[in-house]
Amino acid sequence: MTTVENNMEPEEKGYEGVQTPLRRFLSDFCEAKLAVVGFFTILAIALLAIMAPFIAPTDPYDLATVSVLDSRLAPGEAMMNGTIAHLGTDGAGRDMVSAMIYGLRISLGVGIGSGLIAMLIGISFGLLSAYAGGKIDSIFMRIVDIQLSFPAILVALVLLVTLGKGVDKTIIALVVVQWAYYARTIRGTALVERRREYIESAVCLGLSKNRIMFRHLLPNCLAPMIVVGTMQIAHAISLEATLSFLGLGMPQTEPSLGRLISNGFEYILSGKYWISVYPGIALLVTIVSINLVGDRLRDVLNPRLQK
Amino acid sequence: MQSALVVVIMSFIVFSGVFLVGDPVEILVSDDADQEEREMMIKSMGLDKPFLVQYGIFISKAIKGDLGDSFVFQEPALLLILDRMPATMELAIVALLIAIIFGIPLGVWAGLKPESLASKSIMTGSILGFSLPTFWVGIMMILLFAVMLGWLPSTGRGDVQIILGMPISIFSWDGFSHVLMPAVNLALFKLSMVIRLARAGTREVLHQDYIKFARAKGLKETRIILIHVMKNILIPVVTVLGLEFGGLVAFSVVTETVFAWPGMGKLLIDSIGLLDRPIIVAYLMIIVFLFVLINLLVDICYSILDPRVRLQDIKS
Amino acid sequence: MPLSESPTIEVKDLKTYFFTKGGIAKAVDGVSFSVGRGKVLGLVGESGSGKTVTGFSILGLVDEPGRIVGGEILYRGENLVSASPDRMRELRGVNISMIFQDPMMTLNPVLRIDTQMIEAVLAHESISKDDARQRARDVLGQVGIASPDERLRSYPHQFSGGMRQRVAIAIALLNKPDLIVADEPTTALDVTIQGQILYEVQKLCSQTGTALIWITHDLSVVAGLADDICVMYAGRIVEQGSVNSVLDKPMHPYTNGLISSVPSRNKRGVPLAQIPGMAPSLLKLPKGCSFGPRCAQFSDACDSIPDISNYENGRQIRCHNPLDKGTILRVMD
Repeated sequence: MTTVENNMEPEEKGYEGVQTPLRRFLSDFCEAKLAVVGFFTILAIALLAIMAPFIAPTDPYDLATVSVLDSRLAPGEAMMNGTIAHLGTDGAGRDMVSAMIYGLRISLGVGIGSGLIAMLIGISFGLLSAYAGGKIDSIFMRIVDIQLSFPAILVALVLLVTLGKGVDKTIIALVVVQWAYYARTIRGTALVERRREYIESAVCLGLSKNRIMFRHLLPNCLAPMIVVGTMQIAHAISLEATLSFLGLGMPQTEPSLGRLISNGFEYILSGKYWISVYPGIALLVTIVSINLVGDRLRDVLNPRLQK
Repeated sequence: MQSALVVVIMSFIVFSGVFLVGDPVEILVSDDADQEEREMMIKSMGLDKPFLVQYGIFISKAIKGDLGDSFVFQEPALLLILDRMPATMELAIVALLIAIIFGIPLGVWAGLKPESLASKSIMTGSILGFSLPTFWVGIMMILLFAVMLGWLPSTGRGDVQIILGMPISIFSWDGFSHVLMPAVNLALFKLSMVIRLARAGTREVLHQDYIKFARAKGLKETRIILIHVMKNILIPVVTVLGLEFGGLVAFSVVTETVFAWPGMGKLLIDSIGLLDRPIIVAYLMIIVFLFVLINLLVDICYSILDPRVRLQDIKS
Repeated sequence: MPLSESPTIEVKDLKTYFFTKGGIAKAVDGVSFSVGRGKVLGLVGESGSGKTVTGFSILGLVDEPGRIVGGEILYRGENLVSASPDRMRELRGVNISMIFQDPMMTLNPVLRIDTQMIEAVLAHESISKDDARQRARDVLGQVGIASPDERLRSYPHQFSGGMRQRVAIAIALLNKPDLIVADEPTTALDVTIQGQILYEVQKLCSQTGTALIWITHDLSVVAGLADDICVMYAGRIVEQGSVNSVLDKPMHPYTNGLISSVPSRNKRGVPLAQIPGMAPSLLKLPKGCSFGPRCAQFSDACDSIPDISNYENGRQIRCHNPLDKGTILRVMD
């Protein structure tokens, strides 16, 4: 229809060119500037966490260099070994900058690690549930329902009381708390997708159940998984910090951001704010950035809101 | 029926979970106690019996309302918790009210004018509310309002008046000043949630034909929003909020720890530190019971608000 | 239109555009018509032809990103396009009411019927709640709802689709409006219910002198109900005139196509006539006559937008190559 091209309104010019799904996704995503800022902040934070040993001024785990004499130095004061503690030191005499970078590493690691494991477990159970239907489905979903009716913090609390402290135990607790969200989300999506024609035709072609589930059903359920995944990772980081604050979760020797804040809490009333405030801001920036990206992803990937 | 089943299953999970918690005897017995004293201690607490027997004893007592005596306080755990319950409930209810009173209008506003600067600020604020870890906000509130400005007390509950047999603090200025900070702190997360729910609901309802039809009837915009939109969005908001009340009670564990609020959450954290098993078990059982109760209440509220559900009930 | 009586509603060169991300959609582009007291105008067209937007424009209910950008809507001489939102609200529901397409969606599911009817009365009159209820009851009875007292206390979900549409019609009639805009009110209903509702509406209009704009895509409904007909295509009126003259002797190729697509008009065994192609997107209208690419009469002249030509009997056609060349009285614009 050449007549159509000739009659294009000037406003429509930007819509020429090929619209690949990826391009469209990117342009939609970038419409919200905050989300873009969030995305690059996450990149920067992740880089900081990965490179921690090379960036941090001191090694907060090295007991030989950490001295109690340095404890509770105000921001900008010099430590015994001459290093300037730009953000002060904590109660044990650790440089806050270093402790925060390492703490970020632990917080991010625990959050992302538990999120990914929970996602794998959730996807397996959710897909199986949706695909098998019947008794298996109702049993799984009953478990999910009951678990989700209890607040995550409580479940994690009970688990950690039972398991004790440590990175591995914290991750286990967080996985147990999170898997049900993933399972429910993917089951919901899969049930919708299952009724679509392409699954029917795959069944008619005589493909194996596994192939249909993982090669046909799963890729079409990924969009909501990505959204839930981002939000859950932010949630996991926050939950880990909360648990550490309550004295569960991470041990004193491997302080996550939450633990650092908790350590500083006792000095708050005496006005030594930096021990709690700075790790808190780091935690906050991390979580907010992830949530901003997740929020935008949800709007962009939600087919109901697409025009 | 199903609710009862949930309670039984949860009691087993809770009990077996807590059963694994480190040895309370280690903590309770003084270091110089000899083996004999130790064994007497173990026997008196019933810790020598096999797991299932202990569970059986626990259940048979639990039915009579006896959830065991605290190892530390030597008093019935249930009483200790019930004693702390009004403080927690007061905190949770005030927080819930804050979330509703501020959340619904803000959310509806953001839904009505999604493009305005105010709405965008509200929504960004709600992401912040979601993201901020409760305990850190609590610490910051103490730093700002108690340490730096000195406006509000940082810890404790303040003056308490006995009203209807329950100690309540919000009716005196001292009590209110104590409850304000922890309640706002606890409410923050739910507030964000209410805002988002109300906004999403408003945006969805606004596009419905019946709103346009209401306009076509020549109704005033205020009536359309207050009656036609509100009544529709109240359904999801009330449901979720109701279900989340349990979450508030559970999350008060964190807020109570930060503000040293003498509620049952603080008791739980203290008891975890002391490995006081009966209190942990009793707390969790009460929470399970509370959740089942809340679910029932929400179902009832839901059917009052939504006529469609009522009809289905009659049919079935 | 007889000059002795001024029309209830007169729409002149109405333009309602939607300013979307993808460009400007001219949903209504220069539409003019008028409806007199007690008369029924059938506004016919495919979905997306702008007929519903025309209706909403009259009530001042065009949603963002739509805006009335030109023309006049004269209700008894008062221009509604420039009326304040408050004035529009006063008129809506009393002087001009509307019946929507989908009866399942027009009533608020969480409010009782009486609430929704009484509020429509009380929004415009300060009478007691009991009087308002009394009126609601009477009108429900008028539209053929049995035991209206009991029905008033029901919720919408307890009604069938046909009953709900009757309630919606009753609400539209509550304040005895001069003009009702009915947007495909019977499309979602069974044929028998449709017949009943058509009958009742026709009766009420002739009794009360209410003018009626009946928006539909169903020519058979218009044939039995309307006095005049406007055929819309891609935001413009392509043909208008009295129902009998237009349906008997369509002059615009599009009208002709519409009429031939009605199954009953075709002989058994003969393939059903159809209009080739699809209605164009309002964002990408073809150059010249919008119907051009689908038109059998297409000629080079159709590269420019045809003007409205007036024919005898008050008929107007917007076409370069009308099917039945009558005598052109006057070319507008």
